[in-house]
Amino acid sequence: MFEQQFPIVFHSLNVGFLQTLKLFAVTLIGALPLGLIISFGSMSRFKPLSALTRTFVWIIRGTPLMLQLIIIYYGPGLLGNNWWGGGETGRFLASAIAFVINYACYFSEIYRGGIQGVPQGQREAGEVLGLTKAQIFFRVTLLQMIKRIVPPMSNEIITLVKDTSLARIISLQEIIWAGQSFLKGSQGISGIIWPLFFTGLYYLAFSGLLTILLARLEKKLDYFH
Amino acid sequence: MAILEVENLRKNFDKLEVLKGISFSLEKGEALSIIGSSGSGKTTLLRCMNFLEMPTSGRITVNTDAGAHVLFDGSRAKALTEAEIRKNRLHFGLVFQSFNLFPQYTALENVTLAPRLQAKTREDYKANSKAILKEINEHGLALLAQMGLADRADYHPHQLSGGQQQRVAIARALALEPDILCFDEPTSALDPELTGEVLKVIRGLAEKKTTMIIVTHEMGFAHDVSDNVIFMDGGVIVEQGPPSQVLENPREERTRQFLRGYGG
Ligand SMILES: Nc1ncnc2c1ncn2[C@@H]1O[C@H](COP(=O)(O)OP(=O)(O)OP(=O)(O)O)[C@@H](O)[C@H]1O
Ligand SMILES: [Mg+2]
Repeated sequence: MFEQQFPIVFHSLNVGFLQTLKLFAVTLIGALPLGLIISFGSMSRFKPLSALTRTFVWIIRGTPLMLQLIIIYYGPGLLGNNWWGGGETGRFLASAIAFVINYACYFSEIYRGGIQGVPQGQREAGEVLGLTKAQIFFRVTLLQMIKRIVPPMSNEIITLVKDTSLARIISLQEIIWAGQSFLKGSQGISGIIWPLFFTGLYYLAFSGLLTILLARLEKKLDYFH
Repeated sequence: MAILEVENLRKNFDKLEVLKGISFSLEKGEALSIIGSSGSGKTTLLRCMNFLEMPTSGRITVNTDAGAHVLFDGSRAKALTEAEIRKNRLHFGLVFQSFNLFPQYTALENVTLAPRLQAKTREDYKANSKAILKEINEHGLALLAQMGLADRADYHPHQLSGGQQQRVAIARALALEPDILCFDEPTSALDPELTGEVLKVIRGLAEKKTTMIIVTHEMGFAHDVSDNVIFMDGGVIVEQGPPSQVLENPREERTRQFLRGYGG
């Protein structure tokens, strides 16, 4: 029995996991730069802009990502727009947008902490040495910011691996969805729960790999304090 | 002619007037100490001269062999450009109370960073970059040796004691060969047992006739090392003169009161 089921389940889970990875990658690619832009907005000396940005960040961070997914996916339909269509492409697009916005807000706070965490004295020391603004940024403060950003960013990235499963709520066919399908019935198999448990191994392997890589990066920056 | 002339310098932070018309001059090779109670405006004065703060009004003139440079003139309408400010800054060096070394660089890299970046703007840089960089490195090493840190060139700041870090910071400020080197309480952030090594280095610089302005709370040191002393209070210069006057026989009651706090 198990021998016949395993290849079918394994294949389905792989397909699901690919979708998980895709959402993970797209979120990072979108949220890393967008977060930087949002952090500039929240640090702006133009009060209305910084107030607006901070309010937005507060709303996004103060509500569940699952709720944001639901609103983004079902919201347009309520207004009479069938933006997303019924297919997997639409579900992925809606998920990607919700994830990018949500994670960009978390990242923006990390960037802000990293940028503001570099003591003012570092910039001033560069200034009295006659360095230009660009030289101060690239030669003095940038690496210090990166060093401050990497550890909290690593945490968020590991969290993102697991958060992708939230897209299950709008039926994105990621790995949890794939595992669950064998409970309800799929490809002639139904009523088995082990595929759902088995998905845990995928998450463990992937977050384990990321943990190692990110720890390595952190270690690379260990030569100064 | 005096190497530095500061005339009627004023600085406001919004409504708060912190410097209320500061005038003094400094001869080449002179060591000038500035003393005064907390909040009297000593740091602000140094920061104005280094253009970390823009003075509100007054004049700052530096006279070098190349001629007189008016670095700041409050009566001129036009604000200084960033490039002008950077050029002005090169007349001064500043050693901070909290060192502010760049943590990601070694002691030697800290000292040579600014000279290396500056050399890149030289016309002959492309053709001679190797020789130029070698010279900068050797100069940096010589400065560290002068600070007693020859064997610490490749250490990062976090591997050095506070006293060693401050000596690296002094070498870094010297590397650009400023006309005037400013110190803002260079030993205040140090444990008492480490202040001696930094003061010794500054004493050495005074013996070599380095032009210096030293804000300090170390009265004995100010007495030994300076040619002149300024006592500031409430944003004005209350008294200035040689240490034998200001520190030993002050003419002003406010100076006497201040010195009494130091058991003098
Ligand atoms: N950026 C600033 N904005 C507003 N006020 C400032 C600023 N910098 C300094 N001040 C004020 O200016 C006054 C003089 O400060 P300053 O740091 O120059 O004093 P100081 O003589 O160096 O004192 P200390 O011995 O404590 O170092 C203080 O009242 C301080 O609060
Ligand atoms: Mg001060």
